[in-house]
Amino acid sequence: MNARRERVLARAPFVVLILLAVIYIAPFLVQVVNSIRPESAVIRDPLSLGLGTWTTAAYERLFTRSDFPLWSMNSFIVTLFVTAGRVFFDSLAGYALARIPFRGRGTTFALLIAVMAVPGVVLLIPKFLVINQLGIYDSYTGMILPLLADAAGVFIMKNFFESIPVAVEEQARIDGAGIFRTFWSIVLPMARPAVMTIVILSFQGSWNELSHFIVSTQSTDLTTLTKGVAQLASGQLSQGSQFPLKLAASLLMTIPVAVVFFIFQKRIMNVGAGAVKE
Amino acid sequence: MVGTRSRGSIHGNRTLAGWLFVLPVIVIIGLFMLVPVVMAAWVSVSDWSGIGPPFAENVNFVGGDNYAELLGGTGLPTRDLGTALRNNLFYVLLVVPIQTAVSLGLAILVNRRIMRGRGFFRTAFYFPSVTSSVAITVLWLFLFSATGPVNKVLSWVTVDGPNWFQDPRGIFHIALGAIGVTGQDNPLTGATFMGITGWDWVSGPSVAMTAFILMAIFTTSGTFMLLFIAGLQQINSEVEEAAMTDGANSWQLFRFVTLPMLKPTVFTVVTLGLIGTWQVFEQIYTGTQGGPAKTTLTPAYLSFNTAFNNQDWPRGAVIAFVLFAIIVVLTVLQRLWLGRTEVGR
Repeated sequence: MNARRERVLARAPFVVLILLAVIYIAPFLVQVVNSIRPESAVIRDPLSLGLGTWTTAAYERLFTRSDFPLWSMNSFIVTLFVTAGRVFFDSLAGYALARIPFRGRGTTFALLIAVMAVPGVVLLIPKFLVINQLGIYDSYTGMILPLLADAAGVFIMKNFFESIPVAVEEQARIDGAGIFRTFWSIVLPMARPAVMTIVILSFQGSWNELSHFIVSTQSTDLTTLTKGVAQLASGQLSQGSQFPLKLAASLLMTIPVAVVFFIFQKRIMNVGAGAVKE
Repeated sequence: MVGTRSRGSIHGNRTLAGWLFVLPVIVIIGLFMLVPVVMAAWVSVSDWSGIGPPFAENVNFVGGDNYAELLGGTGLPTRDLGTALRNNLFYVLLVVPIQTAVSLGLAILVNRRIMRGRGFFRTAFYFPSVTSSVAITVLWLFLFSATGPVNKVLSWVTVDGPNWFQDPRGIFHIALGAIGVTGQDNPLTGATFMGITGWDWVSGPSVAMTAFILMAIFTTSGTFMLLFIAGLQQINSEVEEAAMTDGANSWQLFRFVTLPMLKPTVFTVVTLGLIGTWQVFEQIYTGTQGGPAKTTLTPAYLSFNTAFNNQDWPRGAVIAFVLFAIIVVLTVLQRLWLGRTEVGR
C-alpha cells in the first residue's frame, strides 16, 4: 500500500509537467485548427475538432485580397538589412572594444552601458522627432537605419572576441596584415558562434519589432507584418470578428521565427541561459 | 629613434582604427537614442505645438509647467495618467511575483535529472517567448473572446465566463462586491488622488487587464525559466545531497538550500520583470487601445496616444519621462537592496 503510494507520488511531477505542457501548447493548436474552419463554426464551438467543413478561405483571402504579401515583403526587407547591418557593425565595435586599446574606449563603453538602461517605450516620441527632423520619416531608411546597431549585440561580440587567444592575431600582424584585415579574415571567421547568436537575435528582434515602425512610418506601402496584423486585429481594416482570418495572419507571421527557433533551439536556449552568468 | 617613431604611429593608427571601428555604432546609437532623449527632455519643458522644428525660435521654455499641470492638476489629463498608473501598478504587482514563481517552478520541474523528454518540455515552455507580441495578442483576443475557447472550457465546469476584453470591472471590486462591500457610502470614495477616488485606486486590474496579465505570464515565463535553469545548474549538487543525507525533505531542501542559493537569479528575474512590466505598449496598441473604460490604459500607451493621436507633444513627452523616472527609481532601489544583501552574505 505504502509502496504504491510512493510510486504515485514519484510520478506526480511528471503529471504536472504534462498538464503544464498542454496549457502551453494548446493555444497554438486551437489557433491552427480554427484558422481553417468557417467563421460561423468558430463562433459556435471554438473547441470542436470536427474539421467536417474545413476551408482555406482565410488564407486565400490573405494572399489574394489583402496587403498581406506586401506586409511580408516589407518585413523581409527590413529584417534582412537590419540583421546584416547588426552583424557587421556590432562585431566591428565589439572587436575594437575588446582588442584595440584606443583613446576613448572607456567612454564609449560607458555610453553603451548607459544606453542599454534606457527603456524602449520612453524613446517612442523622441525617436519620431529625430527621424522627422532628419527627413527620413516614412521611408525604408527611417525604418532600417535606427535599428542597424544595438548595444547588447556589441557586448556579445566583445565578450566573444575577448575569449579568443591574442596569439592568433599577433601572428597575423607579424605577417603584415592590417587591423581591418586581421579582423575581417582571421578573427571574424573564428567568431562564427557569436555571429550566429547576433543573426538569431537580430532576426527575431526586427521581425517582431512593432513600436519603431509605428513611429517611423505612416504610408500603407511601408506597413510591416506586425503593424499590418495589429491594424487587422484592432478592426481598422475589417468588419465583424473575422477570427479565422486574424488567426491565420498571426500564425503565418509566426512561422519564420518559429522555423529559426526550431533550427537553432539549442543555441537560442543557451543564449537565454548565458545572459545570467555574471 | 626609429623605434619610437614607429611606436607612435602604431598608437596613432590604433586610435584611428578604434574610432573607425566603433563609429557606425556610436553614430546610430547617438543619433537615435541619445539625441532623442535630449530632444524629448526639451519638448517636455517647452510649449512646442508639434508643427515645425522643436528648436525653432517661436518655441518657448515653460519650465516645469507641463509637469506641474499634469501631476498636480485635477483635469482629464491628470485623471488619465492616474488611471494609467493604477492599471499598470496592478499589472506589475500581479505579473512580477507570478511570473517569477511560475518560471522557477517550471525550471525545477524541467531540471530534474531523472526525466524523459526534458528537451521537449523546455521547448514547449519557451516557444511562446519567441512569438511577437502582435501575434500572441491576436491569439489572446480570440482565446478570451465571449464565445472563445477559454469560456468554453470554463463552461465545462459550469462557470459562466465573462466577456474578458469588454469587461471593465476591477477584480478586487468584484471580490469585495461578493462579500457586500461596494463603493457606496465607502469612506474610500471620499478621498481622491490624481483625480481618482480611493475606492477606484483599489479596484484591482479589470477583467480585461487580467487577460493581459495571464498573457504576460504565458509569454515571459519561458525566458525566465531559462535563467533559473542556468542558476540551478550552478548549484553544487553535493550541498543538496548532504542536506538529503541529513534527512531534509524535498520542501525543506527547496526552502533552505536551493532557494537561498538561487537568490542572485531571483533578483535578476525580478529586476528584469519590473523593468519590462512598466513598459506595456504593444499589447494595448494591438488589442484594446486602452479600453474598456480606460481600464487597460498604461502610461506607455497614454504617452503615445497623447502625442501621436491628440498631437499634444509636450504632455506626451512629460508622461514618457514620468515613466522613465518610475523605472529608474525602481531599478536603483533594486540595486541598493541587492547590494545590501550581497554585503550581508
